[in-house]
Amino acid sequence: MSIFVQAKSRVSRFLMAFFRKRRSRIGIYGPPNAGKTTLANRIARDWTGEMVGPVSEIPHETRRALRKQDITITGNNGSTITIDIVDTPGVTTKIDYKDFLEYGIGKDEAVIRAREATEGVAEAMHWLREDIDGVIYMLDCTEDPFLQVNIMMIGIIESRKLPVLIAANKIDLPDASPQRIRSAFPQHPVIAISCTEGKNIEELYEQMVYHFG
Amino acid sequence: MQQGVQIDLIAEERLSEMTSYEKIHMILDNVREGRIVILEKGLSPEEQSRLIEMTMREILPDGFNGIEIETYPSRDDAPGFLQRLLGRASRESRLTVIGPANQLRMIRKDKDMISAWVSSR
Repeated sequence: MSIFVQAKSRVSRFLMAFFRKRRSRIGIYGPPNAGKTTLANRIARDWTGEMVGPVSEIPHETRRALRKQDITITGNNGSTITIDIVDTPGVTTKIDYKDFLEYGIGKDEAVIRAREATEGVAEAMHWLREDIDGVIYMLDCTEDPFLQVNIMMIGIIESRKLPVLIAANKIDLPDASPQRIRSAFPQHPVIAISCTEGKNIEELYEQMVYHFG
Repeated sequence: MQQGVQIDLIAEERLSEMTSYEKIHMILDNVREGRIVILEKGLSPEEQSRLIEMTMREILPDGFNGIEIETYPSRDDAPGFLQRLLGRASRESRLTVIGPANQLRMIRKDKDMISAWVSSR
């Protein structure tokens, strides 16, 4: 990183700390089934004892942006941040109700689910342009990170100059490769985690305090 | 009747004369008709964000079910001294292929080649 970028980053953090809003809204974005709601639930449970939303292996279980307010996270050095966590529907460029039929869902319910999912993704994109102050971009590290939707989303987040952490989730699975995600997005911090087992989740909290504080 | 898929290749000059709104509507109108749209120069991140949002609003059961989009990885322009100082290195958007999700399937993508398969409706 050049000396100019480092200096700019320090000045930016100083100014943000000086003028910062009372609470930042941190959006959890990523493709469907990356573990976004599992992470939102873990953060909310660890720091408030409550949950954000239900999880499921069916894609687009989260079809509206869900917000958990006033979460205070404390880092190892005693620094704290108070944030709202916004759990968003999985971002995609295509949704077909027929994809839900293979999960044993009837046609009527699948059509409703698809319609809600499209509204949720549109809403999530709108939030990203208007109401989000920082992003945790969630990826399943057993999947290919070079999907166009990931490239586009990271580009959109960068263009808005939002601080971003990339969470390489599911490191507990045999095919996990967080290194592939680091290679795909070398310009951003990547934290390898397992939301279901809680592996390395403390490191994510440390990075959140540092980057979103 | 002849079977086939229409492909529209839009030159950078034409795109530069269009507003973001016009570009997104042109893309979605064509793709909903079953055409493949190839943009000589890709969309800005803001336009991509609005394209995803508007695509979602156009999806219908048993009708249009979204888009497939692929582009070469963007190249960072070599920043000048002032750009480096301000941290404003711009990214060049590149050739972009967009088509109906049920007709266009990407087979392989490299930094300098996109391989796609197109089916007629």
